[in-house]
Amino acid sequence: MEAIDIKSREGEIHHGDYEQMEHHHESFLTKYIFSTDHKTISKQFLISGIFWALIGGSLSIVFRLQLGFPDLNLQWLQPVLGGWITETGKLDTEFYLAMVTMHGTIMVFFVLTAGLSGTFSNFLIPLQIGARDMASGFLNMLSYWFFFASSVVMLTSLFIETGPASGGWVIYPPLSALPQAMSGSGLGMTLWLVSMALFIISSLLGSINYITTVINLRTEGLSMTRVPLTIWAFFLTAVIGVLAFPVLFSAALLLIFDRSFGTSFFLSEIYIAGEALPNVGGSAILFQHLFWFLGHPEVYIVLLPALGITSEIIATNSRKPIFGYRAMIGSLLGITILSFVVWAHHMFITGMSPFLGTIFMFLTLIIAVPSAVKVFNYLTTLWKGNIIFTPAMLFSIGLVSFFISGGITGIYLGNTAIDIQLHDTYFIVAHFHIVMGSASFFGMVAGIYHWFPKMFGRMMDAKLGYIHFWVSFVGVYMVFFPMHYIGMAGFPRRYYSFTNFDAFSGFTDMNMMISTAAIITFGAQLLFVFNFFYSIFKGRKATANPWGSNTLEWTAPIKPGHGNWPGKIPLVYRWPYDYSKPGAKEDFIPQNVPFSQTPESNLPHEKDPEETPGDEGAIVLDEAKE
Amino acid sequence: MFNILLILGAILLIVILLVVFRVHTLVNVMRGSDKGKIGTSNKVNAFLFLVFLLGGFGLFFWYSYTHFDYYTLPVASEHGVLTDNLFWVTTAICGFVFIVTNFLLFYFPFRYQYKEGNKATFYPDNSKLELIWTIVPAIVLSILIFYGWKVWSDITDVAPEEAEVVEIMGYQFAWKTRYPGKDKSLGNYDFRLIDAENLFGMDFRDKASFDDFSPREVHLPKGKPVLFKIRARDVLHSVFAPHFRLKMDAVPGMPTRFWFVPTKSTQDMRDELGNPEFNYEIACTEICGRGHFSMRLVVVVDEPEEYDKWYNEQEPWLSKNPHYLAKVPNNLKELALLKAGLDKMPR
Repeated sequence: MEAIDIKSREGEIHHGDYEQMEHHHESFLTKYIFSTDHKTISKQFLISGIFWALIGGSLSIVFRLQLGFPDLNLQWLQPVLGGWITETGKLDTEFYLAMVTMHGTIMVFFVLTAGLSGTFSNFLIPLQIGARDMASGFLNMLSYWFFFASSVVMLTSLFIETGPASGGWVIYPPLSALPQAMSGSGLGMTLWLVSMALFIISSLLGSINYITTVINLRTEGLSMTRVPLTIWAFFLTAVIGVLAFPVLFSAALLLIFDRSFGTSFFLSEIYIAGEALPNVGGSAILFQHLFWFLGHPEVYIVLLPALGITSEIIATNSRKPIFGYRAMIGSLLGITILSFVVWAHHMFITGMSPFLGTIFMFLTLIIAVPSAVKVFNYLTTLWKGNIIFTPAMLFSIGLVSFFISGGITGIYLGNTAIDIQLHDTYFIVAHFHIVMGSASFFGMVAGIYHWFPKMFGRMMDAKLGYIHFWVSFVGVYMVFFPMHYIGMAGFPRRYYSFTNFDAFSGFTDMNMMISTAAIITFGAQLLFVFNFFYSIFKGRKATANPWGSNTLEWTAPIKPGHGNWPGKIPLVYRWPYDYSKPGAKEDFIPQNVPFSQTPESNLPHEKDPEETPGDEGAIVLDEAKE
Repeated sequence: MFNILLILGAILLIVILLVVFRVHTLVNVMRGSDKGKIGTSNKVNAFLFLVFLLGGFGLFFWYSYTHFDYYTLPVASEHGVLTDNLFWVTTAICGFVFIVTNFLLFYFPFRYQYKEGNKATFYPDNSKLELIWTIVPAIVLSILIFYGWKVWSDITDVAPEEAEVVEIMGYQFAWKTRYPGKDKSLGNYDFRLIDAENLFGMDFRDKASFDDFSPREVHLPKGKPVLFKIRARDVLHSVFAPHFRLKMDAVPGMPTRFWFVPTKSTQDMRDELGNPEFNYEIACTEICGRGHFSMRLVVVVDEPEEYDKWYNEQEPWLSKNPHYLAKVPNNLKELALLKAGLDKMPR
């Protein structure tokens, strides 16, 4: 504890003078490209994330065209996709798989991991905990540029002749290990692995920074039981990332060995392309264990930041404290810990021991408890609020709806016996697109609408935001809800077409509807992209605290410079959820307002620490007591 | 020409939208209407949540009810009835939670929308409530866990001794099956012995291989336990027989298994569905390459007598490919001829 205290004070002195930082000579290169300012880096992540989201989304539109309108002539895509469109105007079957694979990879890693955590952890951690910047601005910059390098490699793989990785985003060997098995497992797979290795480095650099910053650089008075739930969520996300990503790294490394150096970690007894391979003794299942040891926590890496963002936005716009603050922290912790012990529920029917399946079913269904607690707490927060529907609030409510609808189908899939039938059907596609994909995506969009004024000093257009929300919200449900029915009917995922089977011959009209809804939903995102870039330059000027929010970032100048606060860093006296406190003059009391200034609304136990704040070391932090 | 017109039209449309948007913004600025904190939009959004609630649930109930037979598959195995029951019990519980929580989630925004002069209730926590909604879900989930556990352990229990054994092997991009033949014992295999004809890599040093047969169509007896011995020879595949509620991955180098009891013959099913074309099918559900979507295998379920008749009519693989007799060790050649039903060594 002592060490931490000293360190935080050192950081305080080190980052002390805002003016000095502001007047550093900054060239274009150091200000916008190789910037060490967390705010710039977060914008870099955000804009890269939007770019990737558009690519990932377009890929899904192309394969949705194939699924919804199998007879459609796609000749007009030839200028873009070239040889992947056959003579007859059909999509190449292998390229269909490549698109499914790349859509998954891009959305999960490049959009919802880098785009979400990268943006909001970077932007909000220093601003909400009252720090000048991240613990290491340099590592933070490296984190972005490793991500950039990773992006370049992944993007390149889309354009090579043999096509990008095509074995599904889970890249199960032997399919992904053997170029004989499919052309995407050649150079495309190599690039995928290289790109992911770079991505993991980026993610680790970022996560270590987030953890360090949250632990060491909180302003005086800001104990861990006073930080906004966003910070808890980002902190725990980073912890999950640090523990889980290295395992994916090892899996990728062993796969590289199998592919290039003739080892047999994952390969055994294979006869392919007219010859028996020499590999024996490996285990294909081992890879799945390693992959899902990251893969499942990854779901929460994607989801927790969104939940944190939502908690903040729902409380602010309901004008109510978040209900059960400590229970919310508890459930975040519960989810974090449990997320590491449920991975094998992705593998119930891989031939894994049925007994192991039982254990993982048990652990999986337990994780529904903290999730349920979160939902009930959100609902109670809305109850008897005075709710203002900003676009961010709409998206947050949408997120909670997805979290419920998608979470509930998890209870089906976590139950081994039911999973036998539903595994790898459209039911699971519906499940994870709602609970992980759409929910996290809505969290990200909500965050952008909410913190846009802080990022760019201007407001996004609210009306366009409303249209964006309603089209997206209805659209997402129209796309993914019907997939439950298709899944119950047994339709397997990753099928190029269903015409080969009598059992899967129905639902053509449903698939057509889904594809149409997907196209409209995607169109609505273009509206958002327009709103976003237009508002950066032409949006209405923002006020200092447009949402009447309590957290520290709104005490900084409208466009904070490098160092965030001119002069002293604000001190914190209270938790971040004093909304509509009985007796208070306004319906919010920011965290930096001392209790001595609000005698009319103080609860019995609420009073300022004895000594005058600001005296070096005089304040006893809660943490030191614990 | 038509394309150019299309592009021009699209550009024109975008320009018009942009202009409308800009005018709208400027008008707002002039009116000062976007300065007022909360306008009519708030009411509209609150109302839309109510509309969404009613419309969404309306569609959900309507479709779920009217199309029930369309999206539920008839079940044709003993354990399938159990998993289906579990599915519907889960649906009852989850459906209830789904409806209640989503109802509250959309009703509250409507009911508690911003009103001038209102103040939200300061209600930061309540340990009793937290405790209730931790413990109640935990209890309900435990019930589902124990129910599911029971079904799962029955399904994955060891297959009965008398089960009919069928080996099913996935490869890019088809399934192949092998039956043990009259001796009811499958011969050994080795992936190094695979060639263009011997797809299984059957090992003819093992005398159990001599009468194994590999039919064109898969037949199974109704009402008797069947054990699928599943394997793959190149990449992962997954055996999925939707009507039997059966799915198990096929893994190279690691044989897997799944046993079940078919309860309806193909003919029964045709009568039930009124579809004389009906066939049971096996599909692949683990991505395996370009032909993943075409790995269809037809399964025929016969009455037991029919099945026995069919079984006894099948010719051993060796008798169809007699030149593989050369791979049989000399001391077993006599036996091989006998079991394969051949008269003499082929010349």
